[in-house]
This record gives sequence, structure tokens and C-alpha cells, in this order.
Amino acid sequence: MKAIVLYLHVHQPFRIGHYTIFDAGVRHNYFDSGYDGPANNERIARKVAEKSYIPTNRKLLELLNTHPEFKLSMSITGTVLDQLEAWSPATLRSFQELTATGRVEIVAETYHHSLAFFYSQAEFEAQVTMHREKIQKLFGQTPKVFRNTELSYNNDLAYWADKAGYKGILAEGWDPVLDWRSPNYVYRPSHTENIRLLMKNYKLSDDIAFRFGDRDWAEWPLTADKFTHWLNNTEHATNFNLFMDYETFGEHQWSESGIFDFLHHLPEQWLKTEGNTFMTVSEVIDAFEPVDQVDTPNTTTWADTERDLSAWLGNPMQQQAIQALYGLQTQVMESGDLALINDWRKLTTSDHFYYMCTKWFSDGDIHAYFSPYKTPYEAYMNFMNAWHDLKFRLGEKDISI
Amino acid sequence: MKVLMLGWELPPHNSGGLGVACYQLCKALSEKGADIEFVLPYTADHDIDFMRINAAHPQDVESVMKAGIAYDSFKYIKKTGEIEWVDLFGQSAIYEKAVERIVELAEFDVIHAHDWLTCRAALRAKELSGKPLIVHIHSVEADRAGKEHGGNPVVREIESLAMLIADRVIAVSEHTKRAIVREYDIPADKIDVVHNSISEDMLVPNHGANAYKYLEAMRQQGYRVVASVGRLTIQKGLPNLLRAFEHVVDRNPKTLLLFVGSGDQYYELLELSAELGLSKNVVFADFQRGKNYRDAYSVADLFVMPSVSEPFGLTPLEAIGYGTPTLISKQSGVSEIITNCLKVDYWDINEMANQITAVVQNDVLRDELHANSLKEYKKLSWGKAADQLFDVYNRHTQKVIA
Repeated sequence: MKAIVLYLHVHQPFRIGHYTIFDAGVRHNYFDSGYDGPANNERIARKVAEKSYIPTNRKLLELLNTHPEFKLSMSITGTVLDQLEAWSPATLRSFQELTATGRVEIVAETYHHSLAFFYSQAEFEAQVTMHREKIQKLFGQTPKVFRNTELSYNNDLAYWADKAGYKGILAEGWDPVLDWRSPNYVYRPSHTENIRLLMKNYKLSDDIAFRFGDRDWAEWPLTADKFTHWLNNTEHATNFNLFMDYETFGEHQWSESGIFDFLHHLPEQWLKTEGNTFMTVSEVIDAFEPVDQVDTPNTTTWADTERDLSAWLGNPMQQQAIQALYGLQTQVMESGDLALINDWRKLTTSDHFYYMCTKWFSDGDIHAYFSPYKTPYEAYMNFMNAWHDLKFRLGEKDISI
Repeated sequence: MKVLMLGWELPPHNSGGLGVACYQLCKALSEKGADIEFVLPYTADHDIDFMRINAAHPQDVESVMKAGIAYDSFKYIKKTGEIEWVDLFGQSAIYEKAVERIVELAEFDVIHAHDWLTCRAALRAKELSGKPLIVHIHSVEADRAGKEHGGNPVVREIESLAMLIADRVIAVSEHTKRAIVREYDIPADKIDVVHNSISEDMLVPNHGANAYKYLEAMRQQGYRVVASVGRLTIQKGLPNLLRAFEHVVDRNPKTLLLFVGSGDQYYELLELSAELGLSKNVVFADFQRGKNYRDAYSVADLFVMPSVSEPFGLTPLEAIGYGTPTLISKQSGVSEIITNCLKVDYWDINEMANQITAVVQNDVLRDELHANSLKEYKKLSWGKAADQLFDVYNRHTQKVIA
């Protein structure tokens, strides 16, 4: 038996609007900006909902209704749920309709899509709990499998997730970690007892997520027929872990690329062959025994050719910004001021640090990444000015830094 | 390829970027095989071996001295020992007469003229020789006047005529190309953009202690220095920088602003800085050359070029080369080729203040900006500009066989 394990990740950050040093101490609404501005969260949420979430959910619901064997998993951050509750309740309902079929499993993560695991264990656990409670409240299920922000992963995280009672954890199927092994099996992380490790098949995943619409790609156009043919011809495999951003459908790959047609035909083509099926992340862990253990002492992520955290923490601006932020954690929590705590948490979202990345920008290629800012320096200035304001607000409460 | 190059100045006897750009361009062209006869309006020694330099002056004149710093008068010393002062327009007319004589004697395939002061001579050279004329625009009158459709009407007339009659117009940036189309209705497809550049050998290595000893000492005490280098004239947008700096000092009293340069706005800027209560924070260093000029860049934590309209703007590149990150106005040509810098609209005083403040209170931002801009800087060279110009020369000198 071979299973496709389709896992989609839904996330939107609260972007910081243009926020100057002269705003610090004067206004505290960093996350508000003019509706037509490049960083307006409401406008972006509505746009992504319209281009991606709504049509994708419609298609997925149709597939769930048509093919009883079709199943998938998804993770959906607290920040995007907050945005949909506020600005697009219909989109939120369309996600709820998916989970109501009983064949869509939600994966655990941090509420704020943060890198807290690497900076503060207490905050990390608090955000995981917040997320679990939000998922229980909105979707009536309790996540059993964990993924950390940007699929960041190492032995320590696996150890933590094992102790915390998760039955599985997701990671990049990165070659230096897998060595000669294939990502198409269930593994066990080193130094753990019960937890299982699912590793992304990045080649197959990226064929859909990145290369699908690329007319210079030798395999273009990619059809569901061709894709399932590749899978059927892969002899040594139990599960194909296709992990990608939800926004692949309709946003990264535009509707005009034919991505929705591909999605439409994928279950029907795959299920044509006997023994082929779909599984959620929990099901595949129940179905197959781990074939080996995988040791990951260094952190991996699903980003860039480096597959590490350098896109978020690679340069001194990013390091200073995140250290400055976590440097305020104790005082922010002590303040007991919910608005202040909430703003601080919104700043922990990894996207803020990603916008400060200079590694592509230095080559003059400013279009190589998604950012609402013209330059990484602008992102950094806005962030640090917001940080100055947090400090100011703590000062007002006579909390010393 | 034999080029009759008409210019107004060359280093070290230059008042600004025009001379530097001409020098570097000719050097790169000659490395690619161009044979250049460069005509200057004054007599001087230049340590240049890659082209012939010819002083254009009337036969009864012994030498022409360039006086002062900017677009000032010229001092004519006649063979009789008599001395005569000639203003810019007079000088331009004399230059035209002198070029006439050179055209008769010299052999060349193409005429390449830089900016309006050489335009009359260029038109005369084209008329006499019938050779193709390339007019290279480093700035238009509206840039220098700091105002669209502004400036001296006589100068505008000369620019307009020269670009109309030229076989090809070269602009130093897209910004300048747009200005030419806007100001003179020259068809856009007659204009090629050839960006200025910089080469590392343009920079003189820094030796010894920084000339701005006081500023260095203040930096040791935690002060941060913002520098502006250039002529103090309306085009450069400096009153806006002073007004932005007022907000910066409100936030960060330990910030100093250094002006290096002189010009017609000198006293206006002095008065404005006093009026804004910034006398203790603003330092005017006047026009400088050599080490004093270079050290202004390296003593600074941030270099600012807030020009109202800057056709290209070489100084930010020099700043990067001497170790300082830059904040430049979006209304500049150089902003088209450097991405790792801060950019601001020249009129946006609040945003200018915000960005300066961010840098002076954050060394990490300063260092990161500089490190990344230096990577871009190191990829720049004049070779590409020379290649583009050769293309233009070839297109206009090779006759199509019918």
C-alpha cells in the first residue's frame, strides 16, 4: 500500500505598517496601516482568501465529497485565524466545513508562527497551548502531530514533542540528514521513545509548489497523470509526504497556471491504481512501522538552498532584533497588560525577521522573496521602532528594562 | 575609433562630479582601444597618459587659469602679459572659437561633448567636420536650478538646440532621460542611458589619523556623525536635510551634521541651522580637496544626499567606498544602480528624519547597510559604460551600404 500524505500550511502574519521613531511613544497601533498600503493586513487577508483559500477550500470539499479515500492534513496559525475571524468569517467557515468531514487533520504549532523554541521555552510552550486551545474551540479537534515554524526541526525539538505526548513530528527531508535514505517512509527521531518523524519529499512537493507554473521547466506542463505516474513508478516507498504552503494554490501558482485542475485530477488519477490511498499524518504513523532512526543535531528548515534558519536569523539586524524582542519578554509578561502582551507576541512572528533578510537583496534581486517592504532595512527600522514603543509602554508602567 | 572629446574639466582641477566622470569614462574607453583627443577650456598639467589633452584658447593667449571652485570665471593671461577675466558665457564662446581651430587640425571619427558648456563648440565642430555628434548629458539646467522648467533661458536654449541637432543623446540615468524628455521634448528613443560608475582605483587609500579630529573625539563620546558632501546649492536639497536633522537631534542630541562644500546657499544654511537651534550640532567645513575631502566620508556614520534632482550623484558611491552607508533621495540617478541604501523622497522631511535616526541610534543597521552596499559597489566598473558608448560610436560611424 502506498499513501499520499498531503499537508498544507496556512499562515498570515500581522505585518508592521510604516512606523517611525516619531510614532514611538505616540501611537501603539504598529499593525495598522492605510488600506491601500503594501503592509495592510486586512487587504492582504481578503486578497489571499479570495485568490487562494476560498477556491482551494471549495475544491478540497468537492474532492472530499467525491472521493471517500481522499484525506489531507493542514496547519493553520493563530494569527491567520484571528485575521479570518475579523475580516473574512466566510473563509473561516469554509475551513470548518473541511474539518467537519472528519478527514482533515489539523497539525499543532505555535499560535504566532514564531521561533520561540530557539529563544524561550516558556513562551514556546505558551504559544503551543494557545494554538491548541484555539483549534479545539474553532475546529473541535486536538492536534496530535507537531510542526514547528518553517518546518524548523532538530533532535531537541523531537525530544520535546515526544515528552509533550505528540505521536508525530514533521521535518524537511533534507539530503544531508537522510543521507542514502528515502523520505518516503516513516522514521523515528534519535533519542526519543514513541514519536515518529515524517519527512517532506521536497522534490515532489516543490514540483507542485514552485515549479508547477514554470514554463522553462523540462517537465512543464505537469499533469496529475504524469505526477501519479512518477509516484507509481517509485518502488521503495510507503508514503509520499507532499508538504507545502496552502497559498501554493491560487497565490504562488495562479489559477491560470492550471493548479486547480491539477488538484482536481490528482485523487482520481492516484486512486485508479489499486493499493493507492491518501492518509492524514496520524494515519500514516499508525499504518507503518518506522524503518530507521534519524539523527538531526543541527536545525533544518524547509527554506532556501541552505535549509537552515539563515533566512530569519542570518544577519546581525535579524539577530539584534530578535534578541531585543525576547529581552523584553519577562517585563512584558510581568506587566499583565494583555494588549501589550498581545502586541509583543505578534512581533514574535517569524515573518518580521524574514523581511529583514539581505542575502538575496544583496544581489540586487529584490523580487526573490515576498515582502511588503521595499528593503530589508525598512523592515528592520519599522520593527525596531515598534520595539522602542514597547519599551516606552513598559516605562509608563514603571517597569524597568 | 578616434574621438574628439569636448569637456569642461578634469581632475584634479575639477569642481565636481563632471570632471571625475569624464576622466573615468575616457580611461575605460581608451582601455578598450579608443583614441581620444580631449579638449579643455583651460591650461593645466594633468597626469594623464591614456589620451591627448588639448587646451582650447585663442592664439594670443598664453594660458587660461581656472579660478575658484565651481562654475566661476576664468583668468586669461595673454602673451603680452595682460590679464583678463572672462565669465562662463564668454568662456563658452571662446572655447567654441578655439575648438574651430582644433577641428581643422585634428583627425577624428566622432564628436563626444559633455554638458551645455561645450555644446556650442560641439555644434560648430559638427558643422565644420560633418562628423556624428554625441551629446552626453550629466545634468540639465532644470536639475541645477532645482526646479522643473526652471533655470537660465539662455542655457536652456543651448541645451535644447544641441540635443536636437545631436545624432545621439546620452543620459547618465533614467532620471536624467526623463528630465530631457520632459524639459526639451527630445524623443525618448534618441536617448541612451549610460549610468556613471565608480572604480576602486578612484579611491585614495586612507592614511593616518582622520582630519576631523574633533568629530572623531565626539564619536568616542558616543556621538554619531551624519555627513553631506557637495555644492551648497538649491539643487542639493540641503534645507530639507537641516529641517529633518532638527527632529533627529530632538531624539538623539548626540548627533552631528557635517557639511563639506560651498556654494550660493552657504549663508542661508548657516542662518537656518542657527534659526533651528542646531548651531552646536551642525559643522560647516567649506570646500575641501584631498584628505580633508576623503576623511569627511570616513568620519561619518551616515552619508546623506538629499538632492531635489540629482542626474547621477557620484558622492554616495565614494561614501560607500570610504566605508560609510548612504541615504539618498529617490530623485537621483545613483538610486537606480544601488539597492542597499536608504532612499527617501527629497521633500519627505519626516521620513528623512526617521531614517537618519534609525541609523544613528543603531550601529548594527549602519554596519549591515554598509557591508551589503560595499558588495554592490565592488561589482561596479566603468567598463560597461565604455562598452555601451562604443556601441553608440559604431552605430553612428559605420555607413550602411545601400
